[in-house]
Amino acid sequence: MHNTAILFLEFGAVVLGLGILGALALRVGISPIPLYLIAGLAFGTGGILPLATSEEFTATGAELGVILLLLTLGLEYNADELVTSLKGNARAGLVDLVLNAAPGAVLALLLGWGPVAAVAMAGVTYATSSGITAKVLSDLGWIGNRETPVVLSLLVFEDLTMAVYLPVLTAMLAGLSLVAGAVTVAIALAAVSVVLLVALRFGRYIEAFVASPNSEVLVLKVVGLALLVAGLAQQLQVSAAVGAFLVGIALSGELAEDAQALLAPLRDLFAAVFFVFFGLQTDPTKILPSAGLAAGLALVTMTTKLMTGIYAARRAGIARAGRVRAGIALIPRGEFNIVIAGLAVAAGAHPDLGALAATYVLILAAFGPLAARLVQPLLTRVASRA
Amino acid sequence: MDVEQTVLPGIGLRHEFTTRSGRRIGVVSHRTGRRDLVIYDPDDPDRACETVKLNDEEADALVELLGAPRIVQRLNALHREVEGLVSVQLPIAPGSPYTGRPMGEAQVRTRTGASIVAVVRAANVFASPAPDFVLTGDDIVVVVGSEESTAAVADIFASG
Repeated sequence: MHNTAILFLEFGAVVLGLGILGALALRVGISPIPLYLIAGLAFGTGGILPLATSEEFTATGAELGVILLLLTLGLEYNADELVTSLKGNARAGLVDLVLNAAPGAVLALLLGWGPVAAVAMAGVTYATSSGITAKVLSDLGWIGNRETPVVLSLLVFEDLTMAVYLPVLTAMLAGLSLVAGAVTVAIALAAVSVVLLVALRFGRYIEAFVASPNSEVLVLKVVGLALLVAGLAQQLQVSAAVGAFLVGIALSGELAEDAQALLAPLRDLFAAVFFVFFGLQTDPTKILPSAGLAAGLALVTMTTKLMTGIYAARRAGIARAGRVRAGIALIPRGEFNIVIAGLAVAAGAHPDLGALAATYVLILAAFGPLAARLVQPLLTRVASRA
Repeated sequence: MDVEQTVLPGIGLRHEFTTRSGRRIGVVSHRTGRRDLVIYDPDDPDRACETVKLNDEEADALVELLGAPRIVQRLNALHREVEGLVSVQLPIAPGSPYTGRPMGEAQVRTRTGASIVAVVRAANVFASPAPDFVLTGDDIVVVVGSEESTAAVADIFASG
């Protein structure tokens, strides 16, 4: 009884604190993710206010947060869009992958963290935060811009890459042998292909099963299905997150929109818990020593994202100012970079990886949207002079 | 004129085209039903310099404003091609004997042979109005017929 009281007190204080931080972020006009991470650092071991009893509960909440993040991401896209975008933008997508995964991997190798940490760091620097970027596009009125489809299809491509990357990472982190690793990756690839095929051909049957005019029934069915598939995927070493993502993709149309709207509050709660939990696991005393390294990495990967955007937009026939905007929009990193780092930290990768990833994301989640805001008037002036 | 259609993954669809005077405009259709009317910057052709968010009702109103005069214009053009047939827009003066009465009471077709094809009220076009359609002052009645018969219709609406 006594424990329950403390659990509620601690967890309630954390969530309320996040709400206040979120309000602050809203007022300043930045993503709340950096603030959530800082809150996690403050509550963690060695922080200002270490949590005693609720850490285990927070850990479970954090895992649910990852599932919900990936599920709602999958809901945003339908299989048609994924296939079209894969066909039309494969080359730009590959440039994106090579240019942006390399800096993280190279840094990890230079630091002598080993190949597993290198693969994890590659993921940390590679993925643009689709959540933050989507918000930047809509806040700055860039959705109607002609370079925006280029940005969006790169994001779709990255998310699809994640479906292959996460199982690879999971297998490596689990220390599986090459053969066992190859098997899980093959399973993951087969699962992605099957889901895409099923969603394209038989999507309406799944939807007929899940669909319900009652929002309560709909939430239970979608979350249940996602957790079930996530658990199954985890059992096969394919990564629970990928399972949830695939469920999201298989559902489309009006059903997906309804589910997305219903799940948003649930996702926001558990995703916030996830960011705090990541902060909890990170030793705050390691943040400052890694700041220089993280800033350098941020600078390099800002440049590589900018180059990616410029390249992809030029291929799509966009003029100079639009190319720069496409690059700037791709800079923010956020939730998935932390998801990746979280997986690595949980599996016991190099102890400094968590701190470096946290600092790195802190910088780019905060600076990315700011850069977009700053560059807008500058580009307008350049364009009107030309 | 080419209307370009682009898929916006996760958002919806965008349609755009360039006007003869060189301006580019477009419409972003969100999956949620929201529409954005987008006008591109002449100096930076990829940038939306104006984005106007429209809900369903507002989008409908804009369609009617842009569409209504076009229908009358097209009707005129159509009838110009048929010899001996004219279409005339007759304003109903507030003092007309037929304001506030169902249009059928004027017995236009029986008395003159001309047909009423539409009534324009404010920005709305009521195509093929039924005989029980009640006219009000400041309506514009679009009539199709010969020179003489349409002139006769004008007399009926003016003086009964």
